[in-house]
Amino acid sequence: MPDKTLVIACGALAREVLALIELNNWQHMELICLPADLHLRPDKIPDAVEAAVLDACDKYSRIFVAYADCGTGGLLAARCAALEVEMIKGPHCYSFFEGNEAFAARGEVTSFYLTDFLARQFEAFVIKPMGLDKHPELRDIYFGNYEKLVYLAQTEDEGLTRAAEAAAARLGLDFERRFTGYGDLVAALADVSSQVYK
Amino acid sequence: MSDEEDDLILDELDDGELVLQMHDDLYDGMADEIAEAVHILLKRKWTPYDVLTKALVEGMRIVGIDFRDGILFVPEVLLAAGAMKKGMHILKPLLIETGAPQLGKMVIGTVKGDIHDIGKNLVAMMMEGAGFEVVDLGINNPVEDYIEALKRENADILGMSALLTTTMPYMKTVIDTMVEQGIRDDYIVLVGGAPLNEEFGKAIGSDAYCRDAAVAVETAKEFMARKHNRAG
Repeated sequence: MPDKTLVIACGALAREVLALIELNNWQHMELICLPADLHLRPDKIPDAVEAAVLDACDKYSRIFVAYADCGTGGLLAARCAALEVEMIKGPHCYSFFEGNEAFAARGEVTSFYLTDFLARQFEAFVIKPMGLDKHPELRDIYFGNYEKLVYLAQTEDEGLTRAAEAAAARLGLDFERRFTGYGDLVAALADVSSQVYK
Repeated sequence: MSDEEDDLILDELDDGELVLQMHDDLYDGMADEIAEAVHILLKRKWTPYDVLTKALVEGMRIVGIDFRDGILFVPEVLLAAGAMKKGMHILKPLLIETGAPQLGKMVIGTVKGDIHDIGKNLVAMMMEGAGFEVVDLGINNPVEDYIEALKRENADILGMSALLTTTMPYMKTVIDTMVEQGIRDDYIVLVGGAPLNEEFGKAIGSDAYCRDAAVAVETAKEFMARKHNRAG
């Protein structure tokens, strides 16, 4: 079996994982992504991850699942444990991008988060699935209890910042931008990378 | 044919046709049409309770089935709920006047740290529609608020809702506190929310996990019947 690592990632992390692979020259690391819209039905994530792991397990010496809990209520962690593969720690990407400890310490309740991916795909992953393109009158039913939109920026990109700011205005929320970089994702992938060569 | 000629005159439908039309209008989230039809049925001497149960609740039951089966999605359910709410707004004062049957009293709210109230609001509305009195504590409730409300309201049922995997463990905090205070068995505890499941509901010591509003209503009815049987 080739000494290679496969990262099975949420599609919403594709750019970030590829950027880290390139930046660190992790030539032994390959990436496949599952559709990001699985987040609209988190109950389907464990089965989708398992199918991908089983499909790849005889081709790679190590597999890493680049998902956090992502709304599965511990079911993904249980499935990964059964499959003997590791995954990212934390409840979701907002948390591990900011750093799980820092995110938990903030204890924010009334913030709605965007990442680079969501700022770029706001229409496809927020507006349309919620039916706000056809029924903008539903906005306050969804977002009435939120106070601000926090854009957790992985990169310095003025265009995305403007898009996130426009998203906040569209949802009737205050806007805050926080630069996070790749947060805990860096350490998680570095750990996987280093373990291959132990 | 002009749009005007296409319009259905609700008042010209007989009762059976009108109720079926209301089911369709609820399904399509047509709030104004629902309000108009409610007024028509009341004018025809229907009791407010019959309008509620046979037209609105039955219509929402159909919406609930299609949501469960993946035919309808959250936006459509919200529009249907908005239409039902408009109908209930007309009926509520009349139901109080006419003394419609009360099945029990529920205190409901989202748990501490959770502001997502769409599911909770749907459950509250359907419970009211089914004949329960509902005390809605709103969002982000600490354990003290739940327990104070249960005692103050002399409630039968506690309903807790959470959307986040990070907040759903708080339901156990509430139940554990009820156990510590020796009041757990005084109440029926129902839990719900997207990331929950039956296993979680059992593990935290609730009486039941309810996957949607319709299940919540049926479960509440079932537990209330058992409670009355025990009391009898």
